[in-house]
Amino acid sequence: MRLLKLVPDNTNIDFLRWRWFAIAISTVLMATSIFFLATRGLNFGVDFSGGQMVHVTFQQPPQLDELRERISGLDVGDPTIQEFGSPTEISIRIPRAEDETVEQANAIASRVRTSIAENYPGSRIDSVETVTGKISQELAWDGAMALLLAMLGVAAYIWIRFEWQFGIGGLVSLVHDFIFVLGFYSISQIDFSLNAIAALLTLIGYSLNDTVVVYDRIRENLRKYRKMEIEPLLNLSVNETLSRTINTNTAVLVAITALLLLGPDVIYDLTIGIFVGVLIGTYSSIYVARFLLVPLGVGPDSFVPSDPLSRAERSRNEGYDGAQV
Amino acid sequence: MFFPRWKIWGIGLICAVCVLLGLPSLLPARAEAWLPAWAQAIHINLGLDLAGGSHLLLEAQTDDVARQRLESMEDLIRTEMRRAGVQISGLSTEGGQLSFAVRNPAQAGEASRIAGNQAQSVGFTQAPDWQVRVEGGNRIVMSQTEAGIEQAIENAMGSARDVIDRRINLSGTLEPTIILQGSNRIVVQVPGIEDPEALKRLIGRTVRLEFKLLAEDQETALAGRPPIGTQVLPFAEGGEGARIAVQRRAMVTGDRIADARQAFDENGLPAVTIVFDSAGSQAFARVTQANVRKRFAIILDNVVLSAPVINEPILGGNAQISGSFTVETANELAVSLSAGRLPVELRVVEERTVGPELGADSIRLGIIASTAAAAVVVIFMFLTYGWFGMFANAALVLNGLMIIGIMAFFNATLTLPGIAGFVLTIGAAVDANVIINERIREELRRGRKVFDAIDNGWKEASTAILDANVTNTIAGALMFYFGSGPIRGFAVVLVIGIITSAFTAITVARMMVAIWARRTRPKTLVL
Repeated sequence: MRLLKLVPDNTNIDFLRWRWFAIAISTVLMATSIFFLATRGLNFGVDFSGGQMVHVTFQQPPQLDELRERISGLDVGDPTIQEFGSPTEISIRIPRAEDETVEQANAIASRVRTSIAENYPGSRIDSVETVTGKISQELAWDGAMALLLAMLGVAAYIWIRFEWQFGIGGLVSLVHDFIFVLGFYSISQIDFSLNAIAALLTLIGYSLNDTVVVYDRIRENLRKYRKMEIEPLLNLSVNETLSRTINTNTAVLVAITALLLLGPDVIYDLTIGIFVGVLIGTYSSIYVARFLLVPLGVGPDSFVPSDPLSRAERSRNEGYDGAQV
Repeated sequence: MFFPRWKIWGIGLICAVCVLLGLPSLLPARAEAWLPAWAQAIHINLGLDLAGGSHLLLEAQTDDVARQRLESMEDLIRTEMRRAGVQISGLSTEGGQLSFAVRNPAQAGEASRIAGNQAQSVGFTQAPDWQVRVEGGNRIVMSQTEAGIEQAIENAMGSARDVIDRRINLSGTLEPTIILQGSNRIVVQVPGIEDPEALKRLIGRTVRLEFKLLAEDQETALAGRPPIGTQVLPFAEGGEGARIAVQRRAMVTGDRIADARQAFDENGLPAVTIVFDSAGSQAFARVTQANVRKRFAIILDNVVLSAPVINEPILGGNAQISGSFTVETANELAVSLSAGRLPVELRVVEERTVGPELGADSIRLGIIASTAAAAVVVIFMFLTYGWFGMFANAALVLNGLMIIGIMAFFNATLTLPGIAGFVLTIGAAVDANVIINERIREELRRGRKVFDAIDNGWKEASTAILDANVTNTIAGALMFYFGSGPIRGFAVVLVIGIITSAFTAITVARMMVAIWARRTRPKTLVL
């Protein structure tokens, strides 16, 4: 039986040659993301902006304009009405009025519910979420703290486990992925809620997971091939781990795709974030994380152990591998 | 590459136990009912987003607590000073502190001592809960300390939680989760309820039931300023805008109620019958005995519901409250009364309610998506790595079962994002096997023998796998710490998945490969 090989054996792609191209792509991606974040911003869901979100399943697709008029007529401010997965599933978002009390918010919610039950018999209220201003601020703060600590935590881990150049390289590639996914939420205007925070935290874990495997190999090669120049050595490491990067991420992507296509619409904002994160993470672990090491000054002499024992071990390895190549 | 027999048995046993633990959760509900109770107890809880139900976050208005403490201290000081024969004047609670003047300055020292005796040591530091100082020779000022207020809030929150617990249980709702959060919040989670509005009314209600005698002179009281010791309240029975004057002092209050039930009055209308506790019965009997032929008022939340005439002394400690109740409102009132009064007002600051149908849809779609994801990944691994892919696949299936088993053992909660975490783990779990298999391919390409290649592949790949999993664990742990309900469910699955996948991919898959290689002694590998 012939096995499927997404990446052929013994690839020798000169990734470094395309470095400037990759820098250009990354620059465009970052600039676009930041531009959208600055101009359009994130479409904060009720978790972070406060207010109410009601999901309704109708028996027939309702006229959105008519529905909007009916809801606006209830004196509830300016509602946002959107299709949610299918034409019969509608989400109604009611913004939080200034200094609104919970009692008022509840009264508004029951007005909306009654109106829907009267005008659209047979419809079903699937979920109601009410978040007051104070809580939404706390949730936003907690979310921001979790993201910040996760970034610092994993970067610190890499720094302890490897050397500082790797720590910075990992952190930069992480920030790169992070800004891109944030930019994706901004461009698509998908609700930015607690689920999006979970997607970003997943990204932090997985994006560095890739980077760690690659760095492991780079360090191994630095010790093995002491005489090799840094640039061809990075190229070699990329080629050696390319198959793993592609295969693992393909497996993750097909699994997530199954969830995107078949899974419940309620967590679409989570799964799409993970999907985009895995895509950009694959790219950045090939380019951003690795080639950053050159300007950071990782060279053939970077990891020369000082104690004689490991030096002996290294020369044994060198001799051994020399015979193989 | 050599696995001694005991190691094989040991690994097999661990796997078998984990899979068995997951079994009750996987069986359909009808089959699960046949299992003994201890086996049924090992199961995965469904989060509210899957089971349907309401999540409420209640915040206490803690300003109330300090004000109530101030009021009860005011009463206490009045009584204690009278008992000690110290005449005081100008008692005031302005600015959040209690102050009063002592008529005879010579008694200022004694008054300050009495006031000081009312303070208690509270908390871990045994700090006093009140501070007493003397101003201008004869003015005593009592202010609440930080520690005192904190302790009072803590007590109030504890009893508020108990009251909510009783109210929800009395209303017949099953399996509520009620936990204190922080210093002034309570989380209430009730699965599978139909009407969250009724739940909120039930929880948030600070019922205040009082029985008071009517004022002697209704005309003067209603005409102008009510005489000292009386007050004018709205009168529900008298129609729109009706008012009635009652005495300020209560005969007995709702705090003295032992039991309350919904019933029907003599006209067949819904009512609430109450039974006083012994102190309440005695007080009620004493007052009714002394006031036969007079009227008294039944007052709920400062509205007079009815004002019946005392025909004869009421000695049994029973009373019936009627008004314009429906069966539901009468029942809600009965529950609120018998569960006790909330010591502090609670407001809903966050609500998330999911209908049971949506939850059921989510479970169904989640199972379909997980199965599809697993199937596609299994096919992909077989196409890519052949036999070795099948070892990885066996590890993958085992991994899924082990996650379920471990979650069941800890009675962890599965949420909708948790299902996403499960699917993500299916994809990511093969990572370890991909790393290993790629490494073996490399070693083979370098010309190593089959056994050496397999052995080296595992050895070299192990550190990379462990390193990579640490970053995921950091992210997962922070998600658990900072996240709320559903997101926590995601983090739980992710972290358990990391641990089990490391075990299944490194240990179990390796063992299977080792056994296979020893049996077949392959000269070449197709990889």
